[in-house]
Formats: sequence, C-alpha cells, structure tokens
Amino acid sequence: MDKFRMIFQFFQSNQESFMNGICGIMALASTQMYSAFDFNCPCLPHYNLAYGLGILLVPPFILFLLGFVLNNNISMLAEEWRRPQGQRGKDPAVLRYMFCSMAQRAMIAPVVWVSVTLLDGKCITCAFCTLVPVETLGNASHPRLSQGEVQRVLARIPCKEIYNGQQLIANEVAVRYLRCISQALGWCFVLLMTTLAFLVRSLRPCFSQAAFLKSRYWSHYIDIERKLFDETCAEHARSFAKVCIQQFFEGMSTDLVAARCHLPRKAPADAGEAAEKLLGITDWGTMNMALKSWHRCKPPLHLHPPALSTGNGWAGEGQPPTHPSEPRRETAAYYSWV
Amino acid sequence: MDRFRMIFQYFQSSSESVMNGICGLLALASVKMYTSFDFSCPCLPQYNMAYGLGIMLVPPIILFLCGLILNRQSLVMLEEWRRPQGRRKKDQAVIRYMCSSIMQRAMVAPVVWIIVTLLDGKCLICAFSGSMDPEKFVGFANVSTVQVQQLLAKVPCKDDELMRNSASRKAVSRYLRCWSQALGWSILLILIIAAFLARWLRPCFNQATLLQAHHWSNYIDIEQKIFEETCCEHSRLFAHKCILHFFESMRQEIKLHSFSLPKEGEGAEGEEDLLRGITDQDQVNKLLKMWYYEKPPLDVSQATPM
Repeated sequence: MDKFRMIFQFFQSNQESFMNGICGIMALASTQMYSAFDFNCPCLPHYNLAYGLGILLVPPFILFLLGFVLNNNISMLAEEWRRPQGQRGKDPAVLRYMFCSMAQRAMIAPVVWVSVTLLDGKCITCAFCTLVPVETLGNASHPRLSQGEVQRVLARIPCKEIYNGQQLIANEVAVRYLRCISQALGWCFVLLMTTLAFLVRSLRPCFSQAAFLKSRYWSHYIDIERKLFDETCAEHARSFAKVCIQQFFEGMSTDLVAARCHLPRKAPADAGEAAEKLLGITDWGTMNMALKSWHRCKPPLHLHPPALSTGNGWAGEGQPPTHPSEPRRETAAYYSWV
Repeated sequence: MDRFRMIFQYFQSSSESVMNGICGLLALASVKMYTSFDFSCPCLPQYNMAYGLGIMLVPPIILFLCGLILNRQSLVMLEEWRRPQGRRKKDQAVIRYMCSSIMQRAMVAPVVWIIVTLLDGKCLICAFSGSMDPEKFVGFANVSTVQVQQLLAKVPCKDDELMRNSASRKAVSRYLRCWSQALGWSILLILIIAAFLARWLRPCFNQATLLQAHHWSNYIDIEQKIFEETCCEHSRLFAHKCILHFFESMRQEIKLHSFSLPKEGEGAEGEEDLLRGITDQDQVNKLLKMWYYEKPPLDVSQATPM
C-alpha cells in the first residue's frame, strides 16, 4: 500500500510524469486486455479476413481515442485553439507542440496492442490462412478439389478440432508458416516504430531547439494559468457564498424584528463570539422561518456593501442587480442593523 | 517497504543512478520479453535461417534504440553538441565522454538478449539445422539431397509427426545446442574480461582528463535540470501575477461603469479582499466571459502590487 502511494506521489509530482504514468498504465492495460480477450476465429472463408484484421486494427483505434480522452490537456488545447485573439496573440507553434506531445503519448498503447497481436500470431493466422501456398507447403499429389472447397478447407486451419485437410496440407506446417510471417511482421513493426521514435527525439535538438524551448515554456504556462485561474475562481466563489449567506441571515433577522415590532435587542458588550455567530436568530420559530425562506426564496446573487445594509432578506428573484446604492424597501430602513 | 523506499530514493538521487536503474530495468525487460516470446521455428528450408538470425539480431537493435531513447542524457549530449558556441566554449572531450557512457549503458540490454538467446539455444538450432552435414548423423546419411534438406529443416520442431521420436533429430539438436551454449558463454567471458580490463586500466591513462570530463558532463546535466525547474517556477509566478492583474483591471472597469459609493475606509472584512470588488452574478459572468473572449496580454510590467 505504502509502495503504491509512493509511486503514485512520484508520478503526481510533475504534470509530465503524470502523463507518462497514464501512458504506461494504458500500455499495460492493452497487453492485459489482449491476454484476457478470448480470440475466436470464425473459420469461414469470407469472415476470417474481416475478423482477423478487425481485431488487429479496431482496438488500437479505440485505445488511441482513449489516450486523448484520458489526457487532461485536450480541453486545454481545444480552448486555446478556439479562443478569440483578444489582447493576446496566438502562437501556432505552441498549439502544434501541445498536439504533438499528446498524440505521441496516445500512440503508445495502440502500438503495443499491434505489436503484441502480431508477435502472438493468432490474428494473422486467422486472417490469412486461406492464402497459404498449398503448392509449396502442401501435398501436391492430393486429388484436385474445386477452388471453393480448397478455400473452405484452408479456412479451418486456425480451428484444429474441425480441420479436415490433413492430406492437403498439414495443420502444424501451415500454422508454423503463418506464425513465422506474423512474428517477422511484428518485429519489423516494432523496429520501425522504435527507429521513428529515435529519429524524432534525436533530430529535434539538431534543428529547432530554440523554438522547442519556447513552445514548451508557453504550453506549460497556459496549463498553469488555467489551473491558477480555476483556483482563484474557487476562492472567489467561496467568499461570495460566505458573504451572501451572512447577508441573508442578517436580512432575515432584521425583517423578523421589524415584523414583530420589537425593539432591537442590543447584545451586551461582553456577549462574546458565540452570540455574534448566531447572527440575530435566537429562537426556534425564527430559525424555521430562515430555513423555509432559504428553500423558497434564495437571495439574489448580489452582495450589498456592508455600510448600506438595508435588510433585504425578502427580495424577490426578479430584482435587477445593477445599482446597489438604490434603497429597496422603505419599511425596513428604520431598523438598520448598524 | 523501507528498503524499497531507500532503493527508490538512491536511484533518484543522481541522474547517473537513474540511468543505471533504467539500464537494469531494460536488461530485466529483455529477459522477460525473451521468456514470454513464443519462439516458433517455421521448419521450412528457406525460412529457418532468416527467422533464427532475425530473432537473434533484430530485438537487440530495438533494445539498443530504446536504451538511447529512454536515456535523458542522450538529449543533453545532442543539445550540447549542436548548440552554437556563443560565449561558452565547447569541450569535445566532454561530449565524447557523454557519448561513450550513453553507448555503454545502451549496449547492456542487447548483449543480455543475445547471450540469453545463445544460452537457450533455440535460435541457433532453428537457423543452422539446415546447414548441418547429414553424413555425421545416422538417420540422415542415406537420404536424397532434397529430402535431407526438408528433414534437417524440421529438426527444431519436436512435435512434427516425422520427427517425434527420431534419435537423429535429438542428436542434431544436442550438437547445435552445445555449440550455441559454448558461443554464449565465450561471448560472456570475453565481454566481462573486456569490462574488467577497461575499468582497471582506465586510471593508468588520462585520469585527470577523465575527472574533468566527468565533472563537466555532470554539470551540464544538472544545469539543464535546474533551468527547467526555474522555468516552471517562473511560469507559475507569471501566471499568478497575470491573473491578479486581470481581476484588478476588472474591478477598476466595474468601478468606472457603476455608480456605487466608494467603500474605502469602511474597514472591509477579510472576505471583501478576496472578492476583489466582484460582488454580483452579472459581474462574475462578465469576468468569465472576458477571460474567454479576451485573455489579458502576457505583460505584467504594469501590474500594481497587490
């Protein structure tokens, strides 16, 4: 548990490390998905190719899209791309950098799926079993079958239990041949991807290092700025809510006092903090009224400046909150809480 | 648990340690990859050699490239190599030192793969069973040339119907495995002796130059890391100032457009400070809209201190 927490903390310490962590988890998830998936070749002439190639190509596409979805920065990229220029210029190099770094990370899980699939060999065996060269690998002296029959027999190669063409071509020979081709393709694919990654990574410092440093700084800046803005807004919302609710309670107690025509009871000088926190609501009936009013008639999203408090707890929702200095209800003015 | 944490911290303490850690992980990954890879010799005369040698030589190239990609220092070295001279001279010895240390670390995983392959023997049996001299083995001696090629090619496949209980197949297989293991152990011995000699004889040649190169390569690496951290710190402060400046300018705009009485000197509560003068729904909506439609310019030189 502690080990897991430490690894988790290490990855969270830095946004890039975090994204690399997600990338690694998706690659592991893709191998796990493949081994958990129950591959079931249909062993029918026209369906094998579609099934085999489908399993080879559709899950990588899904994993690629998932890589984008799980990446927090995609909404940041979209926002930066679509925002109006305003007073701040837009740098296409920064957008390109963000997109490239996201696409590179999203590519890893699909590449792992394709490599594992090819190295395992089941998909290619299923997809291309009807194309096995019977003349070279099979029994040339076997009585001639029609083309359709041959296709049907060959299509059953991946399904050993129902294979009936042992005289035409031995099942093991065909499977070994197809698996060898699949593994060769797999290793070539991995070599190609690794070479591409190596070239991309090593050619960059040779050509555009200054531009790269600039793009990296500003893309990081946009990310931090968005987070800080969200934090500032959250702080603001908290203060807004606190003052709004405080003013609601104050307004409530003032209105009730006005309605009952009591003289405002001045709190004794040494009442202490607890009395202040009661905000003037000190009995069961008043509290119930406050709760009912909170539900039925929430206060408008408009804070009064503290000096001009006018006990406006009952203001309806339709009040246009434009000029805070306007007095609202004259009846309440006599019992200002000041 | 404590031991794991200590190991983790040790590896993170210096970038050389991190690289050694990655090197070790790649070597383990290479062994794991070999054991989980389902080796399946085609047992066909034209394909055996290509498959066997391919499995022995292509994954090491991939592992070597991975070792270069995953090593942060290779980027640092390339940057140092390609940077314009400017006001800081370039020392070729440092670049050479970095290059050689990167190459050495990247070579570990491929060598591990090749040695494991040779010690296991399957690849060599698959690649060279067709090149055996049939006269040496009883079962293949009196067979026609074409057929003998087919039979020899099937030696790596134990489960093939022709080869299932063939004593000659086992003989060829044992012979090739013996050669393969001898080759594997010899390569391992040669490499370890070479590493031993290199490490022990190094202090006899150019020790001072070596110390300098080591120091400055370490320096370049640390300088790069600290520069990145400083940029991060700077962008955080920049963003903070920019946002505060934005809120402040919104507050001033609101003051200009509304006719509220000035509130200074009223002893505003602590919360009022955090509200920054934005106190109703319309003002908040306006602020959020401005944030999207007109982000503030990237210039905090006019920002008033808060």
